Amino acid sequence: MKIIKHQTPVMVCAILLSLTAGCATHPVDTHARNMGASCAACHGTDGNSVGGAPVLAGLDKTYFVAQMKAFKSGARPATVMNQHAKGYSDEEFEQLASFFAAQKHEPR
Amino acid sequence: MLIDRRDFLKLGAAGIAIGAFPGIAFASTELITKKGQRVVIVGAGFGGATAAKYLRMWSDNKIEVVLVERSPVFISCPMSNTVLGGSRTISDLTQSYDTLKNKYGINLIQGEVTAIDPDKKTVMLANGHLTYDRLIISPGVDFMFDKIEGLTAKVTDESIPHAWKAGAQTTMLRKQLEAMPDGGVFALSIPAAPYRCPPGPYERACQVAAYFKNNKPKSKVLILDANPDITSKKGLFMAAWKDLYPGMVEYRPNHAVTKVDVAGKIAHTEYEDVKADVLNIIPPMKAGMVASMAGVVGADGRWCAVDFLSYESKVHKNIHVIGDSVSAALPKSGHMASAQAKVCVAAIIELMQGKQPDQNPSLANTCYSMVSNDEAVHVANVYRFNAEKQAMVAADGGGVSAARSEIEGAYAAFWLQNIMSDVLL
Repeated sequence: MKIIKHQTPVMVCAILLSLTAGCATHPVDTHARNMGASCAACHGTDGNSVGGAPVLAGLDKTYFVAQMKAFKSGARPATVMNQHAKGYSDEEFEQLASFFAAQKHEPR
Repeated sequence: MLIDRRDFLKLGAAGIAIGAFPGIAFASTELITKKGQRVVIVGAGFGGATAAKYLRMWSDNKIEVVLVERSPVFISCPMSNTVLGGSRTISDLTQSYDTLKNKYGINLIQGEVTAIDPDKKTVMLANGHLTYDRLIISPGVDFMFDKIEGLTAKVTDESIPHAWKAGAQTTMLRKQLEAMPDGGVFALSIPAAPYRCPPGPYERACQVAAYFKNNKPKSKVLILDANPDITSKKGLFMAAWKDLYPGMVEYRPNHAVTKVDVAGKIAHTEYEDVKADVLNIIPPMKAGMVASMAGVVGADGRWCAVDFLSYESKVHKNIHVIGDSVSAALPKSGHMASAQAKVCVAAIIELMQGKQPDQNPSLANTCYSMVSNDEAVHVANVYRFNAEKQAMVAADGGGVSAARSEIEGAYAAFWLQNIMSDVLL
């Protein structure tokens, strides 16, 4: 399964990223980065929203995962996020959460 | 020299640019000297501009990017229907390329491509050429005017705009609506799918009806749709027409326009001839011209087949196609073009290092339509790569708005701000 193939490197990267958030010399989990990239249309580049949708850059990882699960189950009502959340697995929420938590919040 | 200059230039007429020194046979100026790894990108719309920025960001500025675009500024076609409704002007949708160029160190050339040589990996412009390691083309759409008798590019620029590429024609169409007397008819012709922006024409009908409602309420909107039914967000558009613009919008399916009388503003369909006060024909579309120059258009003569892990053309290696020009069961939109650009450049960075691209790409798409000055509706889907089908397939769980709302209208405005910032700043 393609997702399992990424598990080990993601776990290593997640540990590195959580220790060194914002440091450019550590390897980025490019798969998580690529997955999170289309969120930018509403949430801004690297999650630096310029208005409306929440800022994801630097967002607490546990909170991110909880929100995505709540959107997916419908526990948190929304307009588009319920539909988007259903397109990803819980494991992918973890990967996305790690990626965004490591991004620098740069107000634009 | 054995031949005179005039004969020499005639020999070069096969689309290859001739440089300023005819003494050197077929010499062409290299516009920017290639030093290291380089990607040339043709088209700086939602697809190409995103590709340029993200290629620089994700390669830590190691890959040189040359971006070729004929327009001096970026204008967003998404949301441009609100110019017709009156809540925006075209300058609200216009953005300079300066930040993109300067912040990310992108070589931006304002110009048009005249030819592409996939074997020599060279792009020709009027005054010289560029060589590439990889080429990304994001040429949008071009119109098949030969499908509608009487319609030409010149006619659309002068009197019967399509306004399907935001800019001068959008402003012209708005002016025509302003000049129309109360009680007049705005007729809108929609081509058979696939076309750029499936919900766009129905949003346009809403915006024009909104303008009429507040300014010339006896006027009518007549939709001549070549398709057998509304192609996107059907229930939501029909509800908007019924609730917000009762008696103003008439929808006729299976009414392809095959001929137009330009002077009389008459659209001919199989069933009847329609005379309009303001006539807006959206012609059938195909991949932008640059795709033909690159030789990457498929057997259908309209769209380009690609590998969905990298958007590399199935016809020519090292040429990648993104956006509207791609042959896929995916909506043709600016949002999709931008999302595809990111998958494409991530793959190119891996490929240029001799590595495999990400085997599990995904695209998240949200598409807003403004059904009035303040209210919007959306469709949202995540697309996942399906290895068996070798295609991007919609994941379960996507869908449309439960109902139109002002909150969605606000989100639509925030979407525009964020995507333009993501693409250009």
